[in-house]
Formats: sequence, C-alpha cells, structure tokens
Amino acid sequence: MRKELEYPFDSQYLLRKKKSLRRELLQTPNLMEKHIAILGGSTTHEVKNMLELFLLDQGIRPVFYESEYDQYWQDAMFPNAELEALAPDVIYIHTTNRNITAWPEPADSPEQVDALLEQEYGRFAAMWDKLRESYKCPIIQNNFEYPFFRLMGNQDASNIHGRVNFVTRLNMKFYEYAQTHDEFYIHDINYLAGDYGLEKWADQFFWHMYKYAMCMDAIPRVAFSVANIIKSLYGKNKKAFALDLDNTLWGGIVGDDGVENLALGQETSMGQAYTEFQAYLKELKKLGILLNVDSKNDHDNAIAGLNHPDGALKPEDFIVIKANWDPKSVNLVQMAQELSLLPESFVFVDDNPAEREIIRQQVPGVAIPPMEKVENYITVIDRSGFFELTKFTGDDLKRNEQYKENVARAQLQSSFANYDDYLLSLEMSATIKPFESMYMARIAQLTNKSNQFNLTTKRYTQEEIEKTAADEGYVTLYGKLTDKFGDNGVVAVVIGKIEDERLDIILWLMSCRVLKRDMEYAMMDLLAEKCRAQGLKEIRGYYYPTLKNGMVRDFYALQGFEKISEDEEGNTVWKLDISQGYEKKQHVIAVNGQEEHGA
Amino acid sequence: MTREEAFVRLNKVFREVFDDESITVGEATTSEDIEDWDSFEHINLVVAVENEFSFKIPMGKVVTMKNVGEMVDIILELGK
Repeated sequence: MRKELEYPFDSQYLLRKKKSLRRELLQTPNLMEKHIAILGGSTTHEVKNMLELFLLDQGIRPVFYESEYDQYWQDAMFPNAELEALAPDVIYIHTTNRNITAWPEPADSPEQVDALLEQEYGRFAAMWDKLRESYKCPIIQNNFEYPFFRLMGNQDASNIHGRVNFVTRLNMKFYEYAQTHDEFYIHDINYLAGDYGLEKWADQFFWHMYKYAMCMDAIPRVAFSVANIIKSLYGKNKKAFALDLDNTLWGGIVGDDGVENLALGQETSMGQAYTEFQAYLKELKKLGILLNVDSKNDHDNAIAGLNHPDGALKPEDFIVIKANWDPKSVNLVQMAQELSLLPESFVFVDDNPAEREIIRQQVPGVAIPPMEKVENYITVIDRSGFFELTKFTGDDLKRNEQYKENVARAQLQSSFANYDDYLLSLEMSATIKPFESMYMARIAQLTNKSNQFNLTTKRYTQEEIEKTAADEGYVTLYGKLTDKFGDNGVVAVVIGKIEDERLDIILWLMSCRVLKRDMEYAMMDLLAEKCRAQGLKEIRGYYYPTLKNGMVRDFYALQGFEKISEDEEGNTVWKLDISQGYEKKQHVIAVNGQEEHGA
Repeated sequence: MTREEAFVRLNKVFREVFDDESITVGEATTSEDIEDWDSFEHINLVVAVENEFSFKIPMGKVVTMKNVGEMVDIILELGK
C-alpha cells in the first residue's frame, strides 16, 4: 500500500496528482476486478476518481457505472440496460440532504411531519428493495449529513419542525433498514461531515458551481471511507496488531526506568493518554482484533510492564508476546506464521519512525500508521479504517479465545512424539453438513476472507451463498470443528457443481486456524459419500494459483486425485474416480456424532 | 509576484492536474486548447490554483473567467 493513500493522506495532493497516481497504481500486479455502480444525487465525478485510487491501493480494480447527474432514483427504479450489463458487485448510493425532497413546515402537525418522514423514507426503501431484487449485490447507502443552516437555531435539533431533527429521524429509519437487511451498509457521511467540520464541508461554492454536495477537499475523505467498506467486504481488513511497548503502550522505557516510573494511570496527563490508548485497544480486542507484542525488551521486563496495575491491558490479553532483541521484522513474520496469518493482516504500531521504516521495507503489506504523539494514537488508528466492520458474527467475538486455544494446542503438540497421537488427544469432533441458514453470513464471510487455504478463491455474497444452497444442481458442505480446547466454529466450506455424473469442486476453502488437523480429509470423506449417494462417478478439483494460495498447490494430489491438465499460468485440473468406491482418509475426528476416534 | 512568476507556477499546476508535461499555457489559452479540460476538470484546476496561490476565488469571478490570462489577473489581485 502506498503512503500517499494511507491516513492521514493529503487530499489536495491526491486531487492534483490523481492522474499520475492512477497510472502508476494500474501497474500493480494481481488486481481483483470489481464492478461498482455509483448512483448519485449530486455530482459524483471526483468521488469516482478518488474511490478508484483508494480501491486500487487495496488491490481492487474497479470498473464503474456512474449515473447521470441526480439520476440515482431513476437508475434504480427503472430498467437500465447499461447497469444490468455491468452486473454490479457493489452499488454505492451517494445521496445527501440535498436529496431530501420535502421538509417539515412550521405549521405542520406532528402527524403531518410523521407522514413526511414516511414519504421520504419510503422513497429510499422502495429503491433499496428494488435494487436488491434486481442486482442481488451489497448496497452502500449514505446517511444524511446535518443541514448547513438552522432556521430555528438550537431548537432545530429538538423541535419536530427543525431540519436537524428531521435528518436525525430519517437517519434512524435508515439504520433500522440496515439492521433488518443483510448486505446493506450505511455509509456515515454525517460523521464524516462533523469530523471534517460542517462549515467547511458544506462550502456552498461547490454546490452552486458544480453541484458537489461537499467541498472538494472533503471528497477524498468520502471516497476513502467508502473504499474502507468495500475492502472490508472483500476480506481486506486487518486482523491483528503487532504492538511496541515502550512509549507506545506506556510512557518511558520499562527496562531503564522500572515499572514504577512508567507513565501510565490517572496521575499524569501522559499517563492518562497511555491508559486510554490501552483501553481503546482492549475494546478492539472485544471485536475480534488480535493483540500481539513486538518489542525490543527482555521478556521479563515486558511482562512486568504489562502487569502495571494501571494498565488496561494485561499479559493474558495478548496472543503472542515477542519481547526480545531480534529485529522486529523477524518477530512480525514469525508471529504471523504462529497465528497462520499473512503479514499483511497486521497493523504495526510503534512510536519509533526508524522501526516503522524497517517494517515498511522488510515486510511489505503491513499497515504502519504514523504514531507520532500519544494524544493522537487513537485518532490515527481509528481514522485509518483498518478494521471497518461489515459482517460481524459470533465468531468475531470468540476469535481471541480461539487463537489462545491454538497456542495451547501448539504447546500440547510439542509433548507428543507421534502427530496422530497428538491429533487423537485433541478429541476432535466435527459437524459437516449442507449449508444451513444460521451459518450463511459466516460462510459468505469465509469466502471473502480466506486467501491461503483456498483452491479457487471464488468470492460469494451472502445472497449467492443462499441461492447456491437452495439449488439442487449444487452440493454444499460446511464444516465446524470442536476439540477439547474449544469450538473453532465454521472453518471449512465446499461448493460442488453437478455436471451429469461428475461433481466439479468450484470452491474449497478452509480457515488456517485448523491447518493440519485432518479436517480437509474429513470434508472430502463426507463429500465423496454424498456424491456416491447421489450416483455421481467422478469428482473434479480445480486449483487456480494466486499470490497467496501456494500452500494448497498439491492439495488434490494429497487427496489422491490424478492431475489431468495444467496450463501456462499453473491452473490445474484433477480428477478422482469414485465409481468403484472410496476409501476414507481420516480417523481422528468424530464426524456428525459418529464415533471415529482411534486409528 | 510578477506576471511571469505567476505563469511559471500556474503552468506547473496545469501539468500536474492534466498529467501532461508538454503543456505550456499562455495569456490566450482556453479550455479548447487542452484536451482533458472539461467542466469536471475545471473545478479541480480551480481548487489546485487556489491551493497553489493560497486564496479562494469568489464564485462570481470563476464564472466570468474566459482564459488563462484572466486567471492570472485574479491570481495577481488575490493570490500570494
């Protein structure tokens, strides 16, 4: 990722340099193409240009449909050949309070104001329903920013005739729709406008001159924020922190100053700021973000610092603690391996610019926010949009626990000489079944997040998953794995398409948190069983190499498939004949309640 | 700032905004002379000029501006 496009980016620079930046970014190898429709209620030209830059920076090459000026509603409600031809992957509706058609009048009764609210909301809700039905793709919808003038002054907020009040109520209706509809995301321009400064944001020069609903310099912020939602939908969120300690989690150097002299706690301004930063990280941990330490320190000193009575974080809040004198880049790469994550899933947080520069050069793809002043730490991390939340499942809540269990498993493993004995000692049991409604969100999330153990890297929306599950032309399986340390949740997903007497595996993925547990064999055993029960004679596997899925290049060979073709790009096709039978491959996991323990 | 100095700085802005190192603007240059100079890029240009010369062009002046020479007149009047 390019520094110019990371928070805090220079909007003026981006607007001036957009053409050359675009030219350079388009050279990035392995861009993922996505079709994005922008339906605007005001001018969107520069919104599109900036969105393109931020998406390219995330490895996504957008192909756009852009509605004519203020045609968002017509484009959505009426047949539109151009939009249909694009087959959008994401629809972004860029409306603002300029698109509210009628406001309350001072003489209106409460009932009239309510009716007006329903009318404005109804127009939008009908449009969303229509778009969902026609295009079956995620929708991103702006909420409304506050108006730039207040006829009633402060009363505008609380009086039902006030525009501020009306916008607030309308926004609440939008949120209710978002809460009750999947794949519908509110883009919070009201927050952005406030954050930017409404007075500057609403500079009317840009409306009257060019019909832009916000000032030019705010547009990169808008685009960055929309790009964050889109990149999150495609699994490009960060997952973990690698945190420095001295002058990052507390003020001072624990090895030199001693625990009792660190700036942490309510006694000093500096101490308060560090405590608050720790508390912020602890809140992110609750959302499933993994906390890890990457610090140049003696291990004992690091632990002593983390046990500071005024710290919000304790040693047990971290999954991996690397406190040693190795280069931080080495620690970060090892940490990623131990957690089965890619280094690019990490945010490296360090107050020392030299350390940040080393990571930037040594471990490409890691996010490196500029941690310059403790009073700005939270702001910088929060505005960077690393963890933009789109789908939130019960799995996210449990993630820290699950990774901790993995560390415990790794310790247990080292006590067994024989790997099979270790696997048996885990007392694993699995549920492997066709897709079920309660897991659709998690399954869709996995198809978008899994990059390494993923044979075809085919991405699905939740709607597509649901459709596939209901289609008899497909065989679907999800796998859930539990062991004596805990429940890993849904970790494996398979989709096969029936072609006459053959099953083509168009999706096979597994979460890296259950690598080397024989779960993939359990899945294949079930899949083969299902295929045979349906009278299918052959299973065909496909491997499409990407930069990240090298670990499964030989997956089908290990499953006993025979390679039947390979092209220049390394795409391979494999087949397994099951007409004469199939021999089960795994004996360490009890599947669907059956006793299979004991090899 | 002399008229010549304003032109030198302005030319740099034009080259960046239109991503074209061959651009040289003169008194009589208009949007007809630069391929990508459409109404969308005009606003980008205006904002970039404002930032380069640290001033805000009032709306009334933007609408009456006919060529680069008139842009330089405004820059010399209001810019730094």
